[in-house]
Amino acid sequence: MGNNAHGETETVDQFLDSTLESVDTAEEIAVQVGQKAGFDEDDLNKIAMAVRESMVNAVVHGNRYNKRKRVRFSVTQNSDRLTVKVADEGEGFDYENLPDPLAEENLLRHSGRGIFLMRAFMDEFAIRRLAPAGIEVTLIKYRAPK
Amino acid sequence: MSVKLSTRQVGDVTVVDVAGRITLGEGSSTLRDTLREMVASNQKKILLNLGEVSYIDSSGIGELVSGFTTVTNQGGQLKLLNLTKRVKDLLQITKLYTVFDVHDDEAGAVRSFS
Repeated sequence: MGNNAHGETETVDQFLDSTLESVDTAEEIAVQVGQKAGFDEDDLNKIAMAVRESMVNAVVHGNRYNKRKRVRFSVTQNSDRLTVKVADEGEGFDYENLPDPLAEENLLRHSGRGIFLMRAFMDEFAIRRLAPAGIEVTLIKYRAPK
Repeated sequence: MSVKLSTRQVGDVTVVDVAGRITLGEGSSTLRDTLREMVASNQKKILLNLGEVSYIDSSGIGELVSGFTTVTNQGGQLKLLNLTKRVKDLLQITKLYTVFDVHDDEAGAVRSFS
């Protein structure tokens, strides 16, 4: 833990294997950091869910469980927010043209709700393509003023 | 803890008591396998008691939806019982709350099967 150039406290920044165990690990770390930062239980549940969905996307759809590829996972907290970044090394996908999971014709689809849930549970959501490969998702949750 | 499922018969309705987490991996595959086995053995009135489910992710939601369509397509009914606030919120956010027949009372839920 230390302060970076922006005065933020960097609590975690690590590379995780492309396994479902890493999904659990990332979720636990994010919740632990969130607890220390003072988020309430409702917000912690939302953070946990969003981190899980982003890690599943990275491990399953991005890196496709490839043992040679890893997921970079970071959690940064400062005075008013928790920021989580999840980056895979996969081939990417067309995130700008995802089907709407709330559309009548998609309601009973088996999959396709992950990014929708991340957006729903976090205050800010960003996604971008990385060079030479991969997708990075940024999730931000603001702490309610006391 | 992953997911733990146990089944019991109430009249001609099979009640599946689900506890733990329905998440990608063991949790969602256990639920999927159980529902498929039930449909294959002609148990088509299924009440999923989710009162002890602490957590469902999008994969778990996907399995609930798949279970619902599988059972319905086979002429059966799949209903939900005792949703926790967390699961209820999730189904409302995803607009699935109105797709499923959701009950808070087991006796009433059993009676509702045709």
